[in-house]
Amino acid sequence: MVKAKGGKSGKKGMTMSTKNAISGYLFILPFIIGFVAFMAYPLYQTVRFAFSFVTMDAVNNTFFIEWTGLENLRRALTIDPDFVRFLTEEIVQMAFVVPAIVIFSLFVAIMLNRKFPGRAFVRAIFFLPVILASGVLIGIETNNSLLDMVATQIQDQNAMRANVTGFIEDLLISATGAGVMGDFVFYILDITNEIYTIAMASGIQILIFLAGLQTISPSIFEAASIEGATAWENFWKITFPMVSPMILVVVVYSIVDFMVRTDSEVMNMVEIQIMRLMNFGFGSALALVFFLAIAAILGVVGFIISRLVYYYD
Amino acid sequence: MTKFGATKVAKTGKTGKSGDKKPSNFAKYRERNRASDGYLLRTDIRRVLGNFLMVVLLFGLCFLILQPLFHQFSNAIMSRDDLFDPTVITIPRQPSWANFRQAAELMNYWSSLFSTIVITFSVAVLQIAACTLVAYGFSRFNFPLKRFWFACVIVTIIVPPHTIMASMFLNFRFFDLFGFVSLINGEPINLLQTVQGYLILSAGAMGLRNGLYIFMLRQYFRNMPKELEESAWVDGCGKLRTFAQIMLPDAVPMLVSCFLFAFVWQWTDGFYTGMFLQGQGVMAHQMSSLGEAFRVAYANMNDAVPPSIAQIEAMISTGVLMGITPIIAIYLVAQRFFVESIGQSGIKM
Repeated sequence: MVKAKGGKSGKKGMTMSTKNAISGYLFILPFIIGFVAFMAYPLYQTVRFAFSFVTMDAVNNTFFIEWTGLENLRRALTIDPDFVRFLTEEIVQMAFVVPAIVIFSLFVAIMLNRKFPGRAFVRAIFFLPVILASGVLIGIETNNSLLDMVATQIQDQNAMRANVTGFIEDLLISATGAGVMGDFVFYILDITNEIYTIAMASGIQILIFLAGLQTISPSIFEAASIEGATAWENFWKITFPMVSPMILVVVVYSIVDFMVRTDSEVMNMVEIQIMRLMNFGFGSALALVFFLAIAAILGVVGFIISRLVYYYD
Repeated sequence: MTKFGATKVAKTGKTGKSGDKKPSNFAKYRERNRASDGYLLRTDIRRVLGNFLMVVLLFGLCFLILQPLFHQFSNAIMSRDDLFDPTVITIPRQPSWANFRQAAELMNYWSSLFSTIVITFSVAVLQIAACTLVAYGFSRFNFPLKRFWFACVIVTIIVPPHTIMASMFLNFRFFDLFGFVSLINGEPINLLQTVQGYLILSAGAMGLRNGLYIFMLRQYFRNMPKELEESAWVDGCGKLRTFAQIMLPDAVPMLVSCFLFAFVWQWTDGFYTGMFLQGQGVMAHQMSSLGEAFRVAYANMNDAVPPSIAQIEAMISTGVLMGITPIIAIYLVAQRFFVESIGQSGIKM
């Protein structure tokens, strides 16, 4: 960064920096065109659609937009039986899963950062979800309505049947009772039940944390252990502050990734409205509300975490 | 503190004992342990227990991740009798490849494999080429509004593609690009369900997760030493040539990583596939529509009797396994590039 400042633009005068600016713009030209044509304009149009009734006219090769004001939003938020429920469910689930993903991936990254025989192999397995949980593969079996029905039935049966984990769960819940402690135990139990989902969603996050862990110089740990720090102290006083910038990255990535996953109910609803029912206006309103919700969450969470992040250099 | 003292005491204890008779290893250890006030034994027990716990945890988690694959495989090689036999759970009694044959037929496997490879490869190459240019522009040049345009990259990362779906659908149904197409062609053209539509999107660095690739590549370029380019410039090398001949060769590992991500994620993507590539019979579409295809084919063959759940599940498992085998193979061969990609980019916010 320091070099960049002193390098080209500084002493060579105006012409050089103008040239630089022109070549810079030429390099990012594909992005500018792509962004304006396929992101900025569609975003503007989405906002417009959200307040309109859109009809397609295939004969004349065009489409019509009819301004309807807040009608679509009113329908989405007050009339539609599913949307608000799906949206709140999605956000609540996200509030459960994302912290779990962050903790899980940091934990796994610390384990994978230690030296042990077969480490490369174990790492390869942990990053496999990057492929296995991508795109259509996640929930390909539940997409089939019939299979989905049977799966819920099996789950219900499992819930009734007595088993070891169920027994331990009951025991823990009755032992802790209501209150904060009980809620916490509930959370832990929920997370344990979701461990597969979490492991499948943390491939990239583990990578990010591993990259962060590898930048910590071993001499810091050496100095700490000579001073008599325990592993626990090492973690909270060295590892955690040093990877805290990564936590911000991981949280943002996890939220975005969680929201756009293929088996998200809201996404499915938007897709059905637009691609199948051709309700472009209503679909856009749903998508817009959804995006604004994500953006608000990202903004708040990003702001809070960036206050707490510690930058070493 | 304690550690140092302990080892010192242990050492003196050992040398003192070694005079009269040769002690066994165990006795030596006990002696050292007593000299260190039990510290040695405690840390050793703690270490062994910790390692044991880690092995158990890692094994369990690895199994958790791989289990669906095992399950799919055992489902796929089950014959019809095994599927209906309640005593068969994991290992089939009469393994058969019949499911694979039927899935290959229903998915039109070899021809869709070929077209998927061609389409995915060209799309990924185009996306990475565009992203590399853009990332280099962001990392090495100062220009007005640079922060604004980079904020736009972040916007492309966080806006879910579904948000702009309606607009994209209509824009590609009546593709006009601000009136240029009408000017040449007379009327807008329909680019939905054509590869060209997606290629145009990719060339504009707007394909699947392209913002992320721009971000990663930019970080990587930023960390490369500036001196190389400066000396190239002093020697009279132009900007584009510096980029192509000096910077690109050094960035090959990162480019390969990004290309592999683009390839693998494109292979399984559902969103852009649904919009542009469904008709081309790409694997993502074939995998997700296999269940329905099987149901129809089965009902046609068996006098409108629908297949059982177990059969559908076995068929889907088979299809998914066949569909992802190529990318799993790529992953196993090029695993290093996936694992090192983020580390190379030094991602940070």
